[in-house]
Amino acid sequence: MIVDFSLIIDSIPKMLTGLSLTLQLLFVSAFLGTILAIILLLMRISGRWYLQWPAVVYIYIFRGTPILVQIFIIYHGLPQFEFIRTSIFWPILREPYGCAILALSLNTGAYVSEILRGGILGVPRGLHEAGSALGLSVRQRFIYITTPIAVRLAIPAYSNDIVSLMKATALASTITLLDMMGIARTIVADTFAPYEVFISLAVIYMILTLIIQKSFGWFERYMSRYLKKEA
Amino acid sequence: MTINEGQPIIVLENVAKFFGKFQALKNINLTVAKGEKVVVCGPSGSGKSTMIRCINRLEEHNSGRIIVNGNELTESEKDIDAVRREVGMVFQSFNLFPHLKVVDNLMLAPRLVRNTPKPEAREIAMKFLTRVRIADQADKYPAQLSGGQQQRVAIARALCMNPEIMLFDEPTSALDPEMISEVLDVMTDLAEEGMTMIVVTHEMGFARSVADKVVFMDQGEIVEMNPPVEFFESPKSERTRLFLSQILTH
Repeated sequence: MIVDFSLIIDSIPKMLTGLSLTLQLLFVSAFLGTILAIILLLMRISGRWYLQWPAVVYIYIFRGTPILVQIFIIYHGLPQFEFIRTSIFWPILREPYGCAILALSLNTGAYVSEILRGGILGVPRGLHEAGSALGLSVRQRFIYITTPIAVRLAIPAYSNDIVSLMKATALASTITLLDMMGIARTIVADTFAPYEVFISLAVIYMILTLIIQKSFGWFERYMSRYLKKEA
Repeated sequence: MTINEGQPIIVLENVAKFFGKFQALKNINLTVAKGEKVVVCGPSGSGKSTMIRCINRLEEHNSGRIIVNGNELTESEKDIDAVRREVGMVFQSFNLFPHLKVVDNLMLAPRLVRNTPKPEAREIAMKFLTRVRIADQADKYPAQLSGGQQQRVAIARALCMNPEIMLFDEPTSALDPEMISEVLDVMTDLAEEGMTMIVVTHEMGFARSVADKVVFMDQGEIVEMNPPVEFFESPKSERTRLFLSQILTH
């Protein structure tokens, strides 16, 4: 096989025009997903069954089914219903962009809420007791003791999830969006050169992964600064 | 300071506590007068930690009554808060908040619970850090201190809330031997200033020199309770004698 370097050099700038869409899908879904995750988490740890079990069922459904299936259900399935087409959400659900953001957010929300819960469970019990003994209320303990420590504990798993989310944005191309993957598929359809194009694309995704990992690594070191033995 | 015998500040009446089917405390009766220092000892699993943890409701007792400074501990959040405001606690594993600097560890509760303004809270914090001889470490994080220093910070943190009573749950058990005395010195100072103290410890030297009475517990019961001289010189129960011989022979 002969590798067509000029095609690689040609196609990389074209694929990079989809970078902004890929990053939008990533950041918007990560943001909305994290907010959803915090709501689910608060429901999960509320100690009230009528908040707890809907959160548990939700998390089970969204972690238990493939993200591609979720995207298809939202994009192809929801418009079948009259009441969806007449609802105020229709302007969003009509667009593949809105559907992709919705699916990615709902999916990542389920994962991140479990990641945050892991962080909370990792906070040593003795610190809660010290807070209680000092007279802090449940809410004060949660805000001033549990949260800052839980966030630090959750960073490594959260960073993994953001990398997964970044890669999952490629699935948006299946519902006609021209993110980097969507553009790559168009180029392949024109040139019949899957190796050159997809390998170049893979390298671009790997660079993004590296940037995400490095950023979170820095954030984790910052959040762990108080654990160092030396000042 | 004279001890007012007629003024009990902590009363435990027929207190029982179960963990599942295991009975951790059986029929505990204990009265502590204001300013009194009580040392509690006994083999591990004897219920001594559980007993003092019931006094500030870190554990819930199942029956009997616990009255602290006139407030009976019940389900009521208000009563629990009232008791916790009067009772400081020091733990075996220090339990300093790792993400807060030493001075912020001390300022947290006064600011949140008592709404003390920041400059005043800082002043209080520095006063108590000076008292436990560690003011120069105020801007470090707990992980940067030695165990003995951390425990002294923990004592200062509890004192910032101006408690009437201090509970110590094996405060020196997690420390390297050379750091034990710096913590005991601080506790002795505190005792001399008239603080009401209940101390779970195996430091028998401390018990001898500081305690007004020594309580010996075994299998969830108070087996013996006497002033230190009597307790060490002429223990009444066989179990106490056995325990003392085990911890004092080496």
